[in-house]
Amino acid sequence: MTIIVAAALTLVAVAGTAVVVAGRPDRQAVTLSLFGLLLAVLFMALQAPDVALSQIGVGTAIVPLMVMLAVRKVHQRR
Amino acid sequence: MNRTARTVMFLVAGGGVAVLAVLAVLRMPAFGGSHHPYRDHAVRASVSHATSNVVASINFDQRGMDTLGEETILLASVVGVSVLLRPAEDESKSEHLGSGRVLDATRLGGYVLLPVTLVVGFDVVAQGHLTPGGGFQGGVVLGTGMHLLYVAGRYQALERLRPVSAFEWGEAFGAAAFACLGISSLLVTGAFLANVIPWGTFGGLLSAGTVPVLNGAVGVEVASGVMVLLAKFLEQAIFVRSGEGGTR
Amino acid sequence: MNIYAYLVAFWLIVAGSAGIVRSRNLIHSVVCLSVAQAGTYVLLLAVGFQSKASPPVFGSPPSKPSLSVTDPVVQAMTLTDVVVSATVTALLLAIAIQIHKRHGTVDPDELRALRG
Repeated sequence: MTIIVAAALTLVAVAGTAVVVAGRPDRQAVTLSLFGLLLAVLFMALQAPDVALSQIGVGTAIVPLMVMLAVRKVHQRR
Repeated sequence: MNRTARTVMFLVAGGGVAVLAVLAVLRMPAFGGSHHPYRDHAVRASVSHATSNVVASINFDQRGMDTLGEETILLASVVGVSVLLRPAEDESKSEHLGSGRVLDATRLGGYVLLPVTLVVGFDVVAQGHLTPGGGFQGGVVLGTGMHLLYVAGRYQALERLRPVSAFEWGEAFGAAAFACLGISSLLVTGAFLANVIPWGTFGGLLSAGTVPVLNGAVGVEVASGVMVLLAKFLEQAIFVRSGEGGTR
Repeated sequence: MNIYAYLVAFWLIVAGSAGIVRSRNLIHSVVCLSVAQAGTYVLLLAVGFQSKASPPVFGSPPSKPSLSVTDPVVQAMTLTDVVVSATVTALLLAIAIQIHKRHGTVDPDELRALRG
């Protein structure tokens, strides 16, 4: 196992834990975006460019954005 | 069940799963080994079908039926979100926008990146059978790229360029096109989603038979789906205000 | 070191599930679910990985097809999984928004109290 794969795996594990322990969903959206990016890096290291490409779009942009918008909707002044 | 009971139950169940997982992992083929029997068959089949991207060959040729199922999940989710997030009777859509300020650099960035993103998205879909990419990835890029207009601070422009109902139709069209291609090949060849057009030469732009066509159908569906999803969430979060109290 | 990748995958699944159980906010638990789901991506791709192999894409103009590539079958599964999971996450977030509209809270414990 190369150093790069091992490092990417470790970063993904740490970032995933950070997303879970982040108490508030608005903070989670930011860490989730970082987590998605690190997953894409891991997929590149695992020689899966197709998966990395869709992960970049979905994991770093779409899902965190929807989480942000959902948080905003729930917190908005009624 | 209260929080403590829930946690205790999770610790018992999760501990059991963790033990089983470690036992399973110890007997799995070593990470990075060279024994991949499915890989060998899939690569041979892909090469004989003139598809240079083996992943695309699997998704749209070798197990196209599964992809139809996944497309249906996507369609169902988008329909579900549209139904759940439509403005309720006691909600009003505020017309006047809060006059937020957008930095000129941000606005310029949005405008410059928009055409670049769209071109990249189309390219990723069109070359999906040759290079990494395809309908799923390209569709995501296209659907997200259109929302750069929102970053550029032009929600009105986005509304004009993105009539949501058109993309709801696009979503249905993409899913229907995929299913119709499958049914027509069933009528012609006797097998669902079997190839009906010449395979072409390995590595050429016109190769891989129906794979690029199905890529296009999925690209339309995913791009429209992402567009509809983001549009519904933006509308709810920014424009829709509930009437009185909000709670019932 | 041979099983590190599998352990990371299972860690993500367990950590995500723990997050769901401990969650005080439905949006938080949806995000935790997507972390748990990421564990399945890592597991699938780790199963298909081969050291010193190239990606299963021969490109245009094509390089000579060889069998020394990472497993494309699990990659195809993961690829669709990523996109489908995003739309399912969207559906769950929409349900959370709808619950908040009806009950004014997204705390699972308060929701149970409301039902009595």
